Amino acid sequence: MTLTVIDRNGTERTVTAEPGMSVMEILREQGFDDLQALCGGCCSCATCHVYVDGSAAVGLPPVGPDENDLLDSSAYRTDASRLSCQLRYTPALEGLTITIAPED
Amino acid sequence: MDQHYDVVIVGGGHGGAQAAASLRQNNFTGTVAVISEEPDPPYERPPLSKEYLAREKPFERILIKPVTYWADRGIEMILGARVTTVDPTAHRVTTAAGAAIGYGTLIWATGGRPRRLSCPGYDLAGIHTVRNRADADGLMAELDGVTCAVVIGGGYIGLEAAAALVKAGKQVTVLEALPRVLARVAGEPLSRFYEAEHRAHGVDMRLGAVVAGIKGRDGRVCGVELADGQVIDCGMVIVGIGIIPAVEPLLAAGAVGSNGVDVDEYSRTSLPDIYAVGDCAAHGNPFADGAPIRLESVQNANDQALVAVRSIIGAPAPYHAVPWFWSNQYDLKLQTVGLSAGHDTALLRGDPAKRAFSIVYLKRGRVVAIDCVNKVADYVQGRALVAAGMAIPEELLVDDTRPLKLLVAEFAD
Repeated sequence: MTLTVIDRNGTERTVTAEPGMSVMEILREQGFDDLQALCGGCCSCATCHVYVDGSAAVGLPPVGPDENDLLDSSAYRTDASRLSCQLRYTPALEGLTITIAPED
Repeated sequence: MDQHYDVVIVGGGHGGAQAAASLRQNNFTGTVAVISEEPDPPYERPPLSKEYLAREKPFERILIKPVTYWADRGIEMILGARVTTVDPTAHRVTTAAGAAIGYGTLIWATGGRPRRLSCPGYDLAGIHTVRNRADADGLMAELDGVTCAVVIGGGYIGLEAAAALVKAGKQVTVLEALPRVLARVAGEPLSRFYEAEHRAHGVDMRLGAVVAGIKGRDGRVCGVELADGQVIDCGMVIVGIGIIPAVEPLLAAGAVGSNGVDVDEYSRTSLPDIYAVGDCAAHGNPFADGAPIRLESVQNANDQALVAVRSIIGAPAPYHAVPWFWSNQYDLKLQTVGLSAGHDTALLRGDPAKRAFSIVYLKRGRVVAIDCVNKVADYVQGRALVAAGMAIPEELLVDDTRPLKLLVAEFAD
């Protein structure tokens, strides 16, 4: 399975990913180090902020209440904002493109 | 001299890993080495007392970077090596195995070693601390044969370990010498809430409980004796009574420090070209009125590492990061922003009975910290209150129908 990632420099890279992990873990495993993911994925910070276009259309669950509150801490929040630790990578997401949000 | 690097980082925890990665992110082209006494590349420590201990996450999932990352970025990982001496004049460190490694700049990021018991029986088998992977693995390897465990110390590590052991079906007793848990880090309402939560999960929570000794049978722990003579039978003891900063080589080399090594706002020690970051670095924190403190948190390790790196690459900026911290126990998500130590007022915002509330800490009328339990909105929105040390009428702060962001907007100057 593949996932396309646009990093903070605007460079696009397609990586292969195992389903089951979170998108944050995939980004970390693939060495995208502009993503800090400081709390390790327990939805306690907002340092794994990404943009996913059309979240619902690609079958992602809606933004959860804690995720929503944490995203509010970012000056760069848009309608496409998600915390990548809250996105479980499933076969339905094959070919998904995500963009790493700017650092707050 | 057999080896030399432009930057040598001692310690492969959060601070050391962040410093190394951040040097490369800032296009530092010099040679970089990380010397760590642990056999593994950098991993997250917080899960050791949470998801890792509860066997919810395997080790591979708590690595800070993939294994190949370090070599890919030209960062030498020297693992299983303990630095024992620092020669600040020759710019050289020596390891326990006798290797001499030269540096241009040194970043000391060694954290601390868990404080151990000193009472009779302190060295029996079955007594554990939770600081590194080996500690957690040693504890987990014995868990199947244990039905009752005693946790000594009601701080975050002790309480998180207690929650993980309860989840594993163990009978858990927590012994706290002070009259309340989390006494060093939180106000009384939070302590009482967590004591009640642990009791509701079946934990035998004993406050003001002073340990007199550990009882053993055939070299292995079989109970904990209290000062009043009572003995609590158990097959395992977990000790969570704080850390001792690992700075002996630096102090021996002449660095100024006592509780840790002293650093200025640029993370510089008193020795030339030596920085210190993270748990071991005593610094004047702007959110503690500039008082010298050590801050044991992932936030502090990361942000001080960034401060050190900025100085090294010639773009210095003083440390001024808002402290934040989290602790997960059971289904309770605690998030803290600011530092509550030294507060004169603790206001309850919301109802603890609903298991979603915050405590707002004030010092001389200004907000210095907020502890939020299952209340992420307060944590996020309250950050601006802490960052600016805003003065807001108490009756507005305690009204949890009023989002904190409205107060921020109303009282910002």
